[in-house]
Amino acid sequence: MKWGVVSFPGSLDDRDTLYALREVMGQDAIPLWHKDESLGGARCIVLPGGFSYGDYLRCGAIARCSPIMRSVVRFANDGGLVMGICNGFQILCEAHLLPGALTRNRSLSFICEQVTVRVANAHTAFTRSARKGALLRLPIKHGEGLYTAFDDELSAIEERGQVLLRYVAPDGSARDEANPNGSINAIAGVANERFNVFGLMPHPEHAIEPRLGGDDGLAIFRSIIESAA
Amino acid sequence: MQVKVFITPRKGILDPQGRAVEQALKTLGFNQIADVRVGRYIVLEVAGASAAGVREAAKKMCEQLLANPLIEDYRFEVGAE
Repeated sequence: MKWGVVSFPGSLDDRDTLYALREVMGQDAIPLWHKDESLGGARCIVLPGGFSYGDYLRCGAIARCSPIMRSVVRFANDGGLVMGICNGFQILCEAHLLPGALTRNRSLSFICEQVTVRVANAHTAFTRSARKGALLRLPIKHGEGLYTAFDDELSAIEERGQVLLRYVAPDGSARDEANPNGSINAIAGVANERFNVFGLMPHPEHAIEPRLGGDDGLAIFRSIIESAA
Repeated sequence: MQVKVFITPRKGILDPQGRAVEQALKTLGFNQIADVRVGRYIVLEVAGASAAGVREAAKKMCEQLLANPLIEDYRFEVGAE
């Protein structure tokens, strides 16, 4: 399967994502530049983590104005698969491809640690190779990962099952201390209404080999490959 | 024409930065503070003769980029200088 990984000025995890896809998953993955307009025939676009445009104004706000984002929005509106990781998640919210917004962690601190997330909906292109309720150990590293959505929108997201991942304690229990950044309803990953766009704060591309501390991130990539087959 | 844009976290949004500043001010003895919100101030020079046209453009700029209306309130002032 062909993947496109977008690099914006300030992206950090584009190469790690390419490594995960090519070397670990054996996929055909191409780098895409923010000034490109072509998506190179990719069937899934990944917006990687990092600090695009230095997080100026708001995280992701400048990147979503890049030429390539016009193509990404069109691709998503046509039903193409798009995944945003960390800063990529912020960009997708700013581009209105995902509901809600990401703001400063409630602790005000940058957090870099392993977290546990529970798969809240396993019937999607991004989670289908996991069971519902499965626990994944994934790293996070962000300062602005507090997910917010309001009243009606939040209840709609919950009712439609758009929350795909939630922060939980290592034993799987829902506890406030296990919510690293204060996200509403402990939301770690959310999909759009059509379930072809997904954003998550944890980094599956950094959890792909046991020697790097775990390979639970593979479940996400594997799901996408299965769903495109 | 100069446009001054004031952006603050929307009421009801958790503003941890505002809360930290509030706590710090209270430790300095300013106990009369009820609420602090920390935002951004943007100054633009906009070409255009009519204040109404500039105002309309400024509103679009705020809605589309300068503020995120989901989480932020904004207001702006249009002045000659």
